[in-house]
Amino acid sequence: MGKLFELFFTFARIGAVTFGGGYAMLPILQYELVRKRNWTTDEDLADYFAIGQCTPGVIAVNVATFIGRKRAGIFGGIFATLGVVFPSLVIISLLAGVIQIYAEIHWVKHAFAGIRACVCVLIFNAVYKLWRKSVIDIYTLGIYLAILAGSVFLNLSPVIFVLISGIAGVIVNVWKVKKS
Amino acid sequence: MIYVRLFLEFFQTGLFAVGGGLATLPFLYSISDRTGWFTHSQLADMLAISESTPGPIGINTATYAGFLTSGISGAITATLGLITPSIIVILIIYAFLQAFRGNFYVESVFYGLRPASTAMITAAGLIVARITFLNPEINFKTIILAIVLLILTNAINRTKNLHPVVWIIFSAIVGIIFEF
Repeated sequence: MGKLFELFFTFARIGAVTFGGGYAMLPILQYELVRKRNWTTDEDLADYFAIGQCTPGVIAVNVATFIGRKRAGIFGGIFATLGVVFPSLVIISLLAGVIQIYAEIHWVKHAFAGIRACVCVLIFNAVYKLWRKSVIDIYTLGIYLAILAGSVFLNLSPVIFVLISGIAGVIVNVWKVKKS
Repeated sequence: MIYVRLFLEFFQTGLFAVGGGLATLPFLYSISDRTGWFTHSQLADMLAISESTPGPIGINTATYAGFLTSGISGAITATLGLITPSIIVILIIYAFLQAFRGNFYVESVFYGLRPASTAMITAAGLIVARITFLNPEINFKTIILAIVLLILTNAINRTKNLHPVVWIIFSAIVGIIFEF
């Protein structure tokens, strides 16, 4: 039981400080789960985000389910997920009545312009950490650059990128084995 | 029974919206058209507000839509509906991954997926960066803040290991003081 509540509250804390959607969660996950608690690794996080891209639902939820399941079974997955959505439920329900007014308050706008700049830097730092773990040779560098270009310039579903890169991974590894 | 319908509508959204929070939008518009529970412009407000509250965008939107339909219990029902399919799918995928851990082909798929996942997160970060620094014109205040944060989080030993939340709060305050 203790483990389940620990998962719930850890993910509730993560949900409460994630500004700007699932990707903005990455730096917080790295800090709370990889560095502070050792519950998972940077490589696993990259895997979870990739799977989250091509499975239904919100990425933050998918990642929470994965880590909760890994740590404390099926109920772990459920508790971690409930934890990550809990702050949204509370905050949005509280703000729902005044939501249009809230968005127009000047200092709220200024504060969030600042937070957005911060989120960019945090994502940049997080991506750099992930990059050093996932781009490990010339082939993975090629996949990285191709998918980056594809994501920036083509308006395709991420599912397609995930499929292509998964197949590319198999082809490269099979080819490496044949060569040696 | 409104709660059953609410749960099923959002369950459907959670099941078919692949690729993260923003992918839920078309489904929410369709719910709005079919049920009249909330209007398009309320959804647009919600998007704006999602950028100004913590939590995943998909969850925030579901919570708000559910709240508009039938108060707090509606918010809870909609959110549970949205996350249930992802929990089930991820638990199945997790079991599959456990069974095939160490398999050459599965490992090869992830070898290709990791750099792709990193690339997609980079691309998402670039989109936030464009909105933050260049929209509608070059925003020097946010650029200076980002450079200061880059230095503080990477180059200065005393500050580089602080919790990301410290920087989020710091940036919100800077944003308010300097009227970003």
